[in-house]
Amino acid sequence: MCTYNTVRTEVDGSAKGPHGKWFHVTDATVYYDHPVHAMAAHTLNIDVADPAGGPSARVALELTATAARALATAIEDALVAVPEDLLT
Amino acid sequence: MSDNLSAQTIRITGQHGEEIEAYLATPAGEASRGGVVVIHHMPGYDRASKEITRRFAELGYDALCPNLHWREAPGAAPDDAAAAARARGGVPDDRLVGDVDGAVEKLRALPTSNGKVGVIGYCSGGRQSVLVACSLPVDAAVDCYGAFVTGEPPEGMPISGNIVDRLPDLRCPLLGLFGNEDRYPSPEHVDELEQILKANGKDFEFHRYDGAGHGFFAVDREMYRVAAANDGWERIESFFARTLGD
Repeated sequence: MCTYNTVRTEVDGSAKGPHGKWFHVTDATVYYDHPVHAMAAHTLNIDVADPAGGPSARVALELTATAARALATAIEDALVAVPEDLLT
Repeated sequence: MSDNLSAQTIRITGQHGEEIEAYLATPAGEASRGGVVVIHHMPGYDRASKEITRRFAELGYDALCPNLHWREAPGAAPDDAAAAARARGGVPDDRLVGDVDGAVEKLRALPTSNGKVGVIGYCSGGRQSVLVACSLPVDAAVDCYGAFVTGEPPEGMPISGNIVDRLPDLRCPLLGLFGNEDRYPSPEHVDELEQILKANGKDFEFHRYDGAGHGFFAVDREMYRVAAANDGWERIESFFARTLGD
């Protein structure tokens, strides 16, 4: 089914997107729903985007639930390993 | 039926008189015929939805698929437009009905129209197809595994509940095609829908497929189930021949 759920958050950083260009990103949406490309009925989808740059200014991920949890853990592990005074 | 057809992108008038994009596929020739509005799934106004639209033209109908994400992302790639629409909260029910109303009127205004128009939707579009059939003067509706026509959305889901209270307003025959391995809608959800339609004396026809879950018509996805999809297309063909023919 389409889950309809969408979690949004503001982000601050850069992403490499269409045509190999880097761009500033301001928003992320996270949802578990049908993928466009991944071979699974549902995936955890992440769009990191610059809405001001139009709909194509985004980097999209479609991950299995297991892969998404592994990625979330890896992100946390990477941050935990960094001295606190380096984190912004 | 002929494979001699044409397809093009056009503009139609949607809700509040706003112009939106739509994909029109028409059989060759001037013979009088019915029309079909194809409601695309949540992943967007994509190649698969347009292929379905062309198939209805091959079956002898004027077929029109409105781009429900046009307002959020005019001219964008379908996947980008779907993401943009989702980030802004999705397609509201009233806007959906307004846009499909515009598509229905466009089909009825074609010189080939016999005045009859049906609607079909897949996944989220299945629910929307039933909603349209409860809201607009269409002649037939097909619900392909639409969730939350009945049944309660899980807590926290932003969808505005099921549409059980709208079902007494269903004004045309309804064909429902469901996979028995689907959880939304589950076989129990389909049972509930069947009971409500029976209690209200509605004209409906349901087919349920073993070995199939959600999305079994989607040829480009893992959920594709060829036996269910092939039988489903035959059911659709017979249903529209009965309800949209001259």
